[in-house]
Amino acid sequence: MNRKVTEALLPPLVALLLAAVVGDVLILVFGQNPGDVYRLLLEGTWGNAYGFGQVLYKATTLAFTGLAFAAAARAGLFNVGAESQLAAGAFAAAVAGLGLPAGTPGLLAVPACALAASLGGGLVGLLPGWLRARFGASEVIVTIMLNFIVLALLNYAVAVHLHVPETLHTPEIRAGAVPRLGDLVPAFAGSAANLVVVLAGLAAAALAWVLFRTRAGYELRAVGLQPEAAEYGGVPVGRVWARAMALSGALAGMGGLNFVLGYKRYYEEGFGTGSGFLGIAVALVGRNHPAGVLLAALLFATLSQGGLAVNAIVPKQLVEVLQAVVILAVVTTAPEVRRLLRSAVRPAPRPATGAAAPAPAGAR
Amino acid sequence: MAVLALLAQVVRIAVPYLLAAAGGVVSERAGVIALTLEGFLLGGAFGAAVGSHATGSPWVGALCGVAGGVALALLHALASVRLKADQVVVGVALNLLAVGATRFFLRYLFDSSSNSPRVPGFGTGGALGNPLVWAGLLALPLVGVLLARTPFGLRVRAAGEKPEAAVSLGVPVPRVQWAAVLLSGALAGLGGAYLSLDQHQFTDGMSAGRGFIALAAVIFGRWAPRRVAVACLLFAAAETAQIRLQGTGAVPSQFVEMIPYVLTIVALVGVVGRATPPAALGKQQAA
Repeated sequence: MNRKVTEALLPPLVALLLAAVVGDVLILVFGQNPGDVYRLLLEGTWGNAYGFGQVLYKATTLAFTGLAFAAAARAGLFNVGAESQLAAGAFAAAVAGLGLPAGTPGLLAVPACALAASLGGGLVGLLPGWLRARFGASEVIVTIMLNFIVLALLNYAVAVHLHVPETLHTPEIRAGAVPRLGDLVPAFAGSAANLVVVLAGLAAAALAWVLFRTRAGYELRAVGLQPEAAEYGGVPVGRVWARAMALSGALAGMGGLNFVLGYKRYYEEGFGTGSGFLGIAVALVGRNHPAGVLLAALLFATLSQGGLAVNAIVPKQLVEVLQAVVILAVVTTAPEVRRLLRSAVRPAPRPATGAAAPAPAGAR
Repeated sequence: MAVLALLAQVVRIAVPYLLAAAGGVVSERAGVIALTLEGFLLGGAFGAAVGSHATGSPWVGALCGVAGGVALALLHALASVRLKADQVVVGVALNLLAVGATRFFLRYLFDSSSNSPRVPGFGTGGALGNPLVWAGLLALPLVGVLLARTPFGLRVRAAGEKPEAAVSLGVPVPRVQWAAVLLSGALAGLGGAYLSLDQHQFTDGMSAGRGFIALAAVIFGRWAPRRVAVACLLFAAAETAQIRLQGTGAVPSQFVEMIPYVLTIVALVGVVGRATPPAALGKQQAA
């Protein structure tokens, strides 16, 4: 295996190992056998079509929020606002689906809803990007504050104008529904997995193409690696920041399609709580690379769904602890592991280049 | 009397903000981003409920609340200061960890997924009969004195503004940051203890975003203890107004909820006097 791949894969594996150790301890504290718990976790996720369908469904949302964080991180920015961008995208998609006449063909309605979702999320992302570029306001703080503001606005819009009485959700969309996998393959029946999962794959491919094959992507990465140098090279840094945050928000917003078009067919208050923050973990474990993000999304979705599978013998909250441990372990061990690898492979000092994705500057 | 009752309500709501924001000021002035206040509050609330339930004494409960905040702060300092991991990511992870761990141990200790049993609190002596209210009112003034008038405060400020210069003068910057982070965990943990002891139980997710409001107050108050205290009281007053107006339909509650967050963004953008963070906030020192 070449070293670039080893360097990319080893830190997450070390992190998983650490998480497994913590998991063992907690399982033993609860008086259960770790082997039994892990077996149950795998059987309930990859062991049957329904469980696997649920993993695919959860991975779809996480892939979008993970891609969102990665897109901003490649430009050196922290988008902590995927939580509200996801909700804004879902809400916009639901409004579009409600506004279209019933019976609009899917080939028209789905792209229209997707456009609405990316606009909804994109605008929520653009604002902190622009404030950073224009006023130097920390995008970390602005996105956190916007989470609360946007969610409150959406709650207001749903509660006062759009809800079905006695519920916290909008009416069902009239057009744009996407088939569930269960409609196509009977084994998946009952699971929430739907064809939006294909969109997640396409979005990852598109992001990879933009980042690594276009001029805009090159500028974005240049700004992320070294803003001063990029500026000197003629890249309009502020505009790239605004663009990167809009792209990031749009990706998170598209994640809303999974719930609105594919699963429930309406927007519901609080449907995606936590998916935005887990997207950070997904991007981190996936090293901000679109392919890595897809794999990491599957991993975190497996943990989330697996929690439900083991809930009978240990609290499902165990996986919430493990997800946090994975993030902490990756963020603290990745540089150490890479340093060790380098000194083991080639004792002579070498310039610090390699596969390292740009670590977003924690500055505000 | 109505005015006094109103004031008492504002203060009661402000206590967790004041304590958490006091922790936030110390941590951020030392250069460590305080995204973890939310987790500290939750950990403190859980610790206090466990301690008070186990011993029947709210005093022990408050101590255990401090311990809960400090336990999370230890992880924060280890990851952010010792291992120099990215502070924003560590902050997000610790907040997730606090939610997950309190839920796990809620199931483990009390076999419930929503709340602890009823625990003893500080009685019914009114707002001023509760020692934690006093702690809340005194926290920011004391932090102000600590930062402005003590050698430790000077070192904290040096670590947050110009760590290279501080190091060259022999200030052990990492050790100062450890102390600042642990102190912030203790203060915010005490704020969490107030929450659960005041409600006489721990409920899942009871910090409910208060840590982020405290962070908003730190920024809106431009990292200066006096202004931060005013910001906490202002945000608490807005919340009191929202509670009092509820049901009248005068202003939708969602719009009042937004006030702290909107004001914080306005402060960062700098329409009226820009909020400028400590110069080295979140930066990693080489070696």
